[in-house]
Amino acid sequence: MPIVLQCHKGIGPAVTGTALVARDNFSARYDLDRLEGVFSRPTHKLYGQSYVGQVLVLVTAKGGVASAWMLHEMAARGMAPKAIVFDRANTILAQGAAFAELTLVDRFAAGDPTVLICTGDELRIEPAEGLVTILNRA
Amino acid sequence: MRLTEEEQTMLAGELGPVRQWAVRHQIAVGEFFDAPDFVPVGQAHVMADTESLGEAGVAWLEGLAAAAPAHRRVRIPTITDPRGLDFASYKRLKQTDAMAAIEARAIAAFEALGVLMTNTCINYQTILPPVRGEHLALGDTGVVIYSNSVMGARSNFEGGPSALAGGLTGRTPRYGYHLDAHRAGTLHFDVQHQPTDVADWGALGGIVGRAANSYWQVPVMTSLEAVPSSDQLKHFGAALASFGSVALFHMPGVTPEAPSLREAFHGRAPPGATPISKADFDAFYASYAAAGDKVDVVVFAAPQLSLFEMSQVAGLLDGRRIHADTSLIVATSPEIKFAADRMGLTRRIEEAGGVVAAGVCFYQSYAREMAEANGWRRLLTNSAKLVNIIAGYGYEPMLASMERCIDSAVAGKIL
Repeated sequence: MPIVLQCHKGIGPAVTGTALVARDNFSARYDLDRLEGVFSRPTHKLYGQSYVGQVLVLVTAKGGVASAWMLHEMAARGMAPKAIVFDRANTILAQGAAFAELTLVDRFAAGDPTVLICTGDELRIEPAEGLVTILNRA
Repeated sequence: MRLTEEEQTMLAGELGPVRQWAVRHQIAVGEFFDAPDFVPVGQAHVMADTESLGEAGVAWLEGLAAAAPAHRRVRIPTITDPRGLDFASYKRLKQTDAMAAIEARAIAAFEALGVLMTNTCINYQTILPPVRGEHLALGDTGVVIYSNSVMGARSNFEGGPSALAGGLTGRTPRYGYHLDAHRAGTLHFDVQHQPTDVADWGALGGIVGRAANSYWQVPVMTSLEAVPSSDQLKHFGAALASFGSVALFHMPGVTPEAPSLREAFHGRAPPGATPISKADFDAFYASYAAAGDKVDVVVFAAPQLSLFEMSQVAGLLDGRRIHADTSLIVATSPEIKFAADRMGLTRRIEEAGGVVAAGVCFYQSYAREMAEANGWRRLLTNSAKLVNIIAGYGYEPMLASMERCIDSAVAGKIL
């Protein structure tokens, strides 16, 4: 039985993908090895894990303004996440997602998505409607 | 979003594909943040170093630059943050010709768009200071927090594409720190230990930033006994933005939107104050401490140095020689570099063995590749912002006063 979660209207196309969840934050410049496609900051909870093609579910975005260019650069090399789900996005990641045409949603009616969603869940994300559906619970 | 007739014209593509892209991008961002409409902006400041842009970003800029001149030129003064490389000093820092080549392509594209290549993160000190109430589209988090807090201007953190879009349309979506509702204080800190030099002010920014930890928090600092200088507030703000993603702070009696504590919180009762003691400063410094180690590189940057800071570095280096196994790099803006050349400051720093780089800010300049090419690992700086961000590039950073940094550079080890 799919679980439907309501969120704020987001950015980018509707996509389906597998969740990779952590109660941690996101900075393209400071957390990632963008060439290898893995989290590279040793203190990050997803350290060593690949984010390529995954739906990242994290708390918020940190770090400087460079992430706005970097999502586009990662997408151009086929090394971007499929989508990003935040509890609350900051301005830079929203701008970066808009520039890269990457799917981004945040502000869930039922609370923190890093609690609502589990790693391995199959998700359908519909930004225009503000809906995230858990198709298959991991 | 409500659109004016002119904005609808841009959206329809009647002013060309470049402005159509820009307004479309801004509408996507504005609707995400529930912006009711656009607000005209007086300046745009674009962060676009080539390390972030990559080949994809530079090729995209070149695509914009190929449009007809009437369609591609920015409508308001649009300036740039530090670049990835200084053509006059890159070989001494062992950056590559390939880096210089992609840098030259990015600059040519920006110039075709009518962007003014200021290459600075201290434009509020050196180019045209923002004015209270002025709406702006600024990149670089340090520029935004200083302009919002110290000048009372209004900007969100605008990433490179969004700031460029602001330059092309002359406006930005009205959300976040453009709105009164977001500018009230939300957190209260009682500073019980007085910061002295800029490293201390950066440490204070780091301590408050770690506690605030959100773009939407507005910290208010009380009990500061002296009015800080522009350079001290520059380091405080840059660290607060770097550690906490914070874009606005108030200091009652110092910053313009907070004549009093009550006004800092827009008339509401202030929340209970979190004390910040000497022990908090000591713990902050200790988290980046190491003694006795060889120091590979001493960096004064992040933000770029003012003329006064350049003069201070020159004065501390007079008659001394930096250790042969240690590098010392000073990053400043092109304007300040011209002044430092004219006043003999550059010569005094370089005669002691330092490198003065203009239009760069170290961490945006292929820091990982420079570390590998030069064999750098242990880095000493008086910038709290730099110690926060440089570890991700393979450095072991330590924070110390400018005096201690220079003494260590001369000794070749951390004193």
